[in-house]
Amino acid sequence: MEFVQKLVTTFNFIVQGLWVTLGVTAVALAVGLLLGISMAVLRVYGNPFWRTVAALYSVLVRAVPVIVIVFVLFFVIAGFVNLSPFLAGSLALGVASGAYQSEIFRGAFQAVLPGQMVAARAIGMSRRQAIQSILLPQALRLALPGWGNEATLVLKDSTLVFVVGVPEILRRAQQVSARTLEPFVAFGIALLLYLALTLWMTQLLQWVERRYRLQI
Amino acid sequence: MNPTPILRVEELYKSFGQTAVLKGFSLSIQPQEVAVLVGPSGSGKSTLLRCINLLDPPNAGRIWLEQEEITAAGVNPDRIRQRIGMVFQDFNLFTHLTALGNVMVGLTKVRKMHKKEAHELALFELERVGLVDRAGHYPAQLSGGQKQRVAIARALGMDPHLMLFDEPTSALDPELTGEVLEVMQQLASEGMTMIVVSHEMGFARQVASRVVFLEGGVVVEQGPPAQMFERPAQERTRVFLRKIADLDERSR
Repeated sequence: MEFVQKLVTTFNFIVQGLWVTLGVTAVALAVGLLLGISMAVLRVYGNPFWRTVAALYSVLVRAVPVIVIVFVLFFVIAGFVNLSPFLAGSLALGVASGAYQSEIFRGAFQAVLPGQMVAARAIGMSRRQAIQSILLPQALRLALPGWGNEATLVLKDSTLVFVVGVPEILRRAQQVSARTLEPFVAFGIALLLYLALTLWMTQLLQWVERRYRLQI
Repeated sequence: MNPTPILRVEELYKSFGQTAVLKGFSLSIQPQEVAVLVGPSGSGKSTLLRCINLLDPPNAGRIWLEQEEITAAGVNPDRIRQRIGMVFQDFNLFTHLTALGNVMVGLTKVRKMHKKEAHELALFELERVGLVDRAGHYPAQLSGGQKQRVAIARALGMDPHLMLFDEPTSALDPELTGEVLEVMQQLASEGMTMIVVSHEMGFARQVASRVVFLEGGVVVEQGPPAQMFERPAQERTRVFLRKIADLDERSR
């Protein structure tokens, strides 16, 4: 009985990190989505200057471990602008994910049939209008499978903000483990929570994918 | 005698890399004319159409559309293209939009119509091509002939003054070409000015006001269909049209 009691208390403490984990993931994915789409558009449709900028962003960010970006934002950038650990961590993950997402969206834009742009221009759309109302909606759909994979990676990478003290699931599990000296219970609960989150997210994304599949 | 041409093409040159496709091409189209362009593959027919609506700007030469020189510096090609409808060989319908959406998107985004107004006009254009009952279908759910008719409706929605058809039936199964040609014939009878690249000789005979034979990037010969088919002036024209007619017959 005492064990069950302890289990419930531990679970209740760790599960409070669930919302933090989800928050970090959501902010990182949103920032990454914005960066990823913009960079992909610049990379595929931009002039040579912007193409180079977008390519450099993607290559450089992907060459650096994500945790280093987290440290840079928390210890370096946060020295100039006021950033909470939560914000610094989420933004760092977002910047990192943006680079990977830009590659996903670049592939998606390149996979849109070439006739689509021509047809859009032929009815008098400007290049910008064609990208916005014809190519982007198709690229988003084409990117869904790859994006879903990236989303689960970001969810799991959200554990990295642990190092700057954001009280997400892993951080809380580690705190409990240090206090109770029962790592099995603490990390077991963390493991199950991540498992549940990832499986739930995969299901959700598969539903979205089915719903918006592009028929060609 | 002749009214002002709706389109005048003068001494057009267009090359892709080392390959010269149009070599001083000139053509003049009167309002309500239906000109059918024929010629061997690589003779510059599709390139000409893409030059006329500035999708591939010419290297040299001038084009006038309704008195306005559209090859002049400072002309916004997007504005010109609204007046020139284009129909492609492989339809190029927007894959993520329904038939209705395909017609509507240009109305709302380019003509800046309100959604309700655009919806009504799009339905009207689909009605014109006999596909109002397919309004909610996605391109993947339509037959080739239906796709091409939606593509025609999409172009008509922009209220073009001139329609370009780039081999509109070449990608279709033979039994589906009829429905597309019928829509085109109906358009012609309503007075639409059309330039059609096609080897449908039946259509050329019945609907064309003029047949233009191109080869090597220039006009070899042009004239009313009867003259072009029965007594062409150039031997080259006779040989080519005979070949096409034979192929046409054999496929029937």
